[in-house]
Amino acid sequence: MQKREFVNSIYKKSLSLIYNWLGDKIFLITIVSLGISIILLALGMAWVLLYEGHTSLKVHGVIGFLTSSEWDPAVKLRFGSLPFLFGTVVTSVGALVIAFFPAIAIAIFIAEYAPKWLGNIIENMVHLIAAIPSVVVGIWGIFVFVPWMREVVYQPVYTWALENNSSLLPILGNPIGYGMASATIILALMIIPFTTALTKDAIDQVPKEQREAAYALGATHWEVIRMAVTPYARGGIMAGSVLSFGRAIGETMAVAMLIGNKNNFPFTIFGPAATMPSVIINEFREAVENLHLSSLMAIGLVLFVISLIVNLFAAYITRKLSITGGQSI
Amino acid sequence: MCSYKKTEKSLLQRKIHDKFMVALLMISTIVVMTPLIIIVGYVVYNGIGAINADFFTQELGSPTRAIQGRPTGLVHTMVGTAVVDLLALIISAPVGIGAGIMLSEYPDHKLNPFLRIMNDTLNGMPAILKGLLAFAVIVKPMGSFSGLAGGVALAFVMIPIIARSTESALMNIPWSIREAGLAIGLPRWRVVLSTVIPAARTGLVTGFLIAFARAAGEAAPLLFTSFGNNYLPNHWTGMIFGPVDTLPQRLYSLAISPYKEWHSMGWAAGIVLLSFVIILFVISRLLTKQKH
Amino acid sequence: MKRIKMIKSIQLFVLFSLSLLVVSCGGRSDSSSETGSKKSSKSERITVLGAGASFPAPLVTAMADDYRDITNNRVTVNYQSIGSGGGVRQFVEQTIMFGMTEAFLSDEVIANIEQSTQGKAFNMPITLADVVATYNIPGVDEQIVFNSELLVNLFLGNITSWDDPRIAEINPDIDFPSIPVTIVHRSDGSGTTNIWTSYLSSVSKEWRDRIGFATSVNWPVGVGGNGNEGVAGAVMNSPGALGYNSLSYALLNDMDYAAIINSSGNIIEPSYEATTAAADIDLPADTRVLFTNTPAPDGYPVAGFAWMLVYENLEKNNAINSRKEAVELVKFLIWTITDGQNLSEDLGYARLPQAAVDRNFEMIRQIKWEGEKIGEELLKAAIN
Repeated sequence: MQKREFVNSIYKKSLSLIYNWLGDKIFLITIVSLGISIILLALGMAWVLLYEGHTSLKVHGVIGFLTSSEWDPAVKLRFGSLPFLFGTVVTSVGALVIAFFPAIAIAIFIAEYAPKWLGNIIENMVHLIAAIPSVVVGIWGIFVFVPWMREVVYQPVYTWALENNSSLLPILGNPIGYGMASATIILALMIIPFTTALTKDAIDQVPKEQREAAYALGATHWEVIRMAVTPYARGGIMAGSVLSFGRAIGETMAVAMLIGNKNNFPFTIFGPAATMPSVIINEFREAVENLHLSSLMAIGLVLFVISLIVNLFAAYITRKLSITGGQSI
Repeated sequence: MCSYKKTEKSLLQRKIHDKFMVALLMISTIVVMTPLIIIVGYVVYNGIGAINADFFTQELGSPTRAIQGRPTGLVHTMVGTAVVDLLALIISAPVGIGAGIMLSEYPDHKLNPFLRIMNDTLNGMPAILKGLLAFAVIVKPMGSFSGLAGGVALAFVMIPIIARSTESALMNIPWSIREAGLAIGLPRWRVVLSTVIPAARTGLVTGFLIAFARAAGEAAPLLFTSFGNNYLPNHWTGMIFGPVDTLPQRLYSLAISPYKEWHSMGWAAGIVLLSFVIILFVISRLLTKQKH
Repeated sequence: MKRIKMIKSIQLFVLFSLSLLVVSCGGRSDSSSETGSKKSSKSERITVLGAGASFPAPLVTAMADDYRDITNNRVTVNYQSIGSGGGVRQFVEQTIMFGMTEAFLSDEVIANIEQSTQGKAFNMPITLADVVATYNIPGVDEQIVFNSELLVNLFLGNITSWDDPRIAEINPDIDFPSIPVTIVHRSDGSGTTNIWTSYLSSVSKEWRDRIGFATSVNWPVGVGGNGNEGVAGAVMNSPGALGYNSLSYALLNDMDYAAIINSSGNIIEPSYEATTAAADIDLPADTRVLFTNTPAPDGYPVAGFAWMLVYENLEKNNAINSRKEAVELVKFLIWTITDGQNLSEDLGYARLPQAAVDRNFEMIRQIKWEGEKIGEELLKAAIN
């Protein structure tokens, strides 16, 4: 009887050991391998880009590829990524500069001023707008925004410059509608919801006490925001902006539909330009020469590296600038 | 120092300043929201005319059909979109959830910082590169464009989003719940699967829906994976193993085509795409509301 | 109760992981057996997959519509316009049954294909592409005339104003305004660009050495428009603009387009007849010829073929899985160059000249499936 109980207990124990210990092991292995598959996916992407793009990097040299502004797929077969690198940086920085303050304004308005129901509506709309597909924004840009901007802004400014200050003309460029300015503005519109959402999150993390202390000192609402809220949230806001910048860098369809796609360098404000994703989407389908295709892949690699740096930078800022020192609450 | 300066201003001045800032914030909110609402308005305004019974029941065929006013529509596109998006969800859900669990439930794992950076980088990569990757790993070995390849490409878009949203949904579950589970002797895996995940259910689903909505709007990765088709495939397997049409990619090719009739079909496709995204969005919001 | 929940969640988890496995692994290994089952269950219905140049896409898709009706929905031709370069590349990668291109296969590509498939790759002209110079000059309603020299100088940026005496010299009756010339070109890779630049290359050594011809080139001046659409929009909206579009597109959008003096010294107004006439030259057997700046006296000088690309040994193409598919592909091919041509004019395309049809027949006769000359049999059946 006792023996039987003993065997039984051993049996039970080993069962629970399997259940607990082995179960945990299997679970951990499954989870970690799923996690690793994401890492592999990212590395795999880098490898595919490197593998396909290394021919071009070898021919032009890494530095040569990054600094040459010559993109000639017909005669000389020389490829340099500078015009696209520059186009990407200028449109993205421009979009961030345009989007930054409005986005923060909306976030502050939702978080601090608006009555709860209104805040909810606006916040929901911001999230919804962030979900509008890029191609839908693009089709609107082609048929509505570009013609309108051409009539109302570009052409009047161009005509004015023609009559009054012709030295501006080379900087302004052709007021055709498709170009750097249109793409930047659309890009700004597209990242505003994103920046707003991240800023709102950062503001929401500010502890109540912080605010109450400021109110107790007799500050007005705006002063509370300036003195208590924004300094506390600045790490999150900054990191959010960097992430929005990263988002702008990778934006493809709407930009490709609106930027006019010309690999000229130096560029003009109104005139057409190109970004790294836009040149990939425009020329990938038509590239017949291997070196051309390889160069497009190499641009993808550059894009990958920039994206990696931006994300590392955002993580760094979150840790450095936030008052909590990176500890999540 | 800052507050010292403030005291020199009169209370009235400070209050006016306060009101002024409110007005400024409101104005900028309105200014920014307007064009975004206009986009939606334009899509509906321009596309509504092309939406009719044919639009939902006919295949596209050639542009001459549209120009000559013969029946043409996007039924194959909508079916194709559903298939490709569902494939993407099935593929991406386990990977995304797994990575999310790793990040939130095993916060001390050595790989986590690396995983987080890689996941964010993947999330920030232009979708076209994910399409190139899917082309390299699915289309080339299989020897044909396919709905499956499109699903994999979109899964690459969804995975990092789901991983992120899963992580934050699980993080929102207080540690005390896990501790309670462990205290009554449950193994960790059971605590996660039967306590934490059910508790975070709505958060998880919301994350899926957001990822789904994002992927549903991607055109770039589909151009060289699911490829496009002007008709329904002959057999349902053709949806998975043959070229299929999807809404965003069809919308792009309709928009850049030279035919006015196709432009209005493009706008109409925009309406369908937008309604799809909005429905997903509203469901996810309702779920979140329910939770609170 | 709790137990059920637990089991449920475990089930769910296992299901997710399994579905991943099934989809990612099963998909690949099943692909061959899958096509097998597709054949048996729907033995009658066949899909012919093609892709490539966007210029002939409206014609080919309209042909596909008609062909589907003719065959009572039995044969579906799925043609996707992905651009000439894409057509060539996917043809070489063997992901499509036929490609379409406005730039014929290079010797190097053909040699590679010959090595890998022990057979040729045929370039079969299906239709003709023509590119016209479109312009927007306020106050000028008459059709202007260009010669080759003028066009080269305009596109090189050597002529910058419309009142340049060199333009007035050929157009003595037109009073040109003094406004700057804005060149508009395609920004995306395009077969239209290929034909336009190959014309400029064939008439100018400077252009050939500096810019060359390809689906996208390094333009010396001008602004880019995305697609035919983008160029047309830019031309119509900017006074002083000069661009290039396909003739059918210019007609469709009611744009002004110029006549061009050809190599025989005749002023040729663009028309479908003039385009067909341009191809009426001594064609080589493989039809791989550029006839921009055509020697034909009545030919419009900026025209070229759009080719369908097909392998000689069809079984070597991975995209073709069965003899049945190969047979339907060849049947469709024969139909496009015979009855299918009747669709041309209505859709804004020039008809294929007889010389090209004959060359096509020669090539079709050589098409084989596992050594069997199916091209010859089918052609005989079709013509009788």
